[in-house]
Amino acid sequence: MNPLERYEPLVDDASAFRAACDRPLPSVVRVNEMAASPDRVREAFDEAGVAYEPVAWHDGLLRLPDGNPGGNWPYVHGWTHGQEEVSVLPGLALDPRPGERVWDACAAPGSKTTQIADAMDDEGTLVANDNNLGRLSALRHNAERLGITNAIVTNQDARNFSTKPLAFDEFDRALVDAPCSCEGTCRKNPDVVDQWTLDHVHAVAGIQKGVLARAVQATRPGGTVVYSTCTFAPEENEAVLDHVISNEDCEVVEFDLPLDAVPGVTEWEGETFDESVTRAHRVYPHHNDTGGFFCAKLRVGGDDEAGAGDGEVAA
Amino acid sequence: MSDGPGSVDDADGDAPTNDGQRFDRLPETPDDREVDGRASRREVLDWWDERFGVDPSVFEGYSFWEKGAGKVWIFNGEATDPSEVEAIGMTFLRTRQEHWKPTGRAATRFGRHATRNVVELGPEQAARFAAGDDQDLPEWDGDWGYLIATHEIAGGSAPIGVGLYLYDELRSVVPKGSRADLPVVE
Repeated sequence: MNPLERYEPLVDDASAFRAACDRPLPSVVRVNEMAASPDRVREAFDEAGVAYEPVAWHDGLLRLPDGNPGGNWPYVHGWTHGQEEVSVLPGLALDPRPGERVWDACAAPGSKTTQIADAMDDEGTLVANDNNLGRLSALRHNAERLGITNAIVTNQDARNFSTKPLAFDEFDRALVDAPCSCEGTCRKNPDVVDQWTLDHVHAVAGIQKGVLARAVQATRPGGTVVYSTCTFAPEENEAVLDHVISNEDCEVVEFDLPLDAVPGVTEWEGETFDESVTRAHRVYPHHNDTGGFFCAKLRVGGDDEAGAGDGEVAA
Repeated sequence: MSDGPGSVDDADGDAPTNDGQRFDRLPETPDDREVDGRASRREVLDWWDERFGVDPSVFEGYSFWEKGAGKVWIFNGEATDPSEVEAIGMTFLRTRQEHWKPTGRAATRFGRHATRNVVELGPEQAARFAAGDDQDLPEWDGDWGYLIATHEIAGGSAPIGVGLYLYDELRSVVPKGSRADLPVVE
């Protein structure tokens, strides 16, 4: 059985969902705006005859219908980075500011890390962690190519991440872009569907809960934690949020995404989840012709001492 | 797995030595130097100023760190000293050798501030340079040694990387993993 069938009861149009999952995704690059403006990248593509199309909801994203995102001058200059459209969502939700302390808990290979550094204008301290040393070399390569100087790279198990190697013990913001069953990436990697097992979903959900809990603990009162996955499985999404909000001092808050999304679900296979998980966003492939995605924003409990949090978004 | 082979930070009483497993902040000046052979911040800034005309104020907010023999990193954030992490900022400069060598990434990141020892390449030359190929460049009448190579793109000049100029030839020292075969853009 194709595991995508299990999500048909959750979507508005099952056949459009399945059809979209079967279509390949276009190549997309994100402009590294600390190095060049989207206008300058478009001009460089024009000069070189590289075809590109805009992405309506993000000026810094360009679709390359002919593929080969690395075969042009803007890439060589570190002005662009190949990144799937939906993959920019957690960085937008995190909304990091220059000068802050930010943790990217599962950072490799660094698409979101480099996007966060760009949003911080390369100022402040970005701690990019991953437990996989091999994937960290890809992260480091990407960070150097894009000219990022404000990142520290660590190699720890995020579930019991120690701030001991750092100059501080609390973050303003943390991103948990969790390892997951990756069904949402089926359009660029169809193998994920063949290799899918429910056992893996349950195993990885345990890891996700541990990482998200640690991120909440490591973030200052009033700070922001963003949780994202590229899976449709409620076990790895709403169930993880439900677990962490009942065990840690935090709440799921409202936020906007610039594309079409639907709320998180409160029921799945006999389980029910806290009503606040509906503030999370599910992105299905047939709604925006993208990969699949899940993204939630949490506010860590307590008074916002630094005054730089996102208290206004709590609905 | 992340820990290096045995800490060598136990030599109490002996002169401090360079520890290849961790990042140590560069001393402010040569007079502050405790670890033999380690470049100081002042020398690094002076070198960029003398070699490329980059004003030291460009690097005002940054700190500099050594890990391994002579590899200097540039960082724009908060860190402990020493720092036992995998990376801190980006690789910037190779010291502890007769001719210091800037990294290609340092050239692309900070090269726009350079005012000398910058060689502007034409479209074909730029493509050859990015591919990692050496090329004759007899028209260069400046210094020998490491140059920042640039080309014209999208309404301005942009640094591509570092080349080594010797005997009328510009050697591309773009690392293998960063070489690219690009069409010539006239």
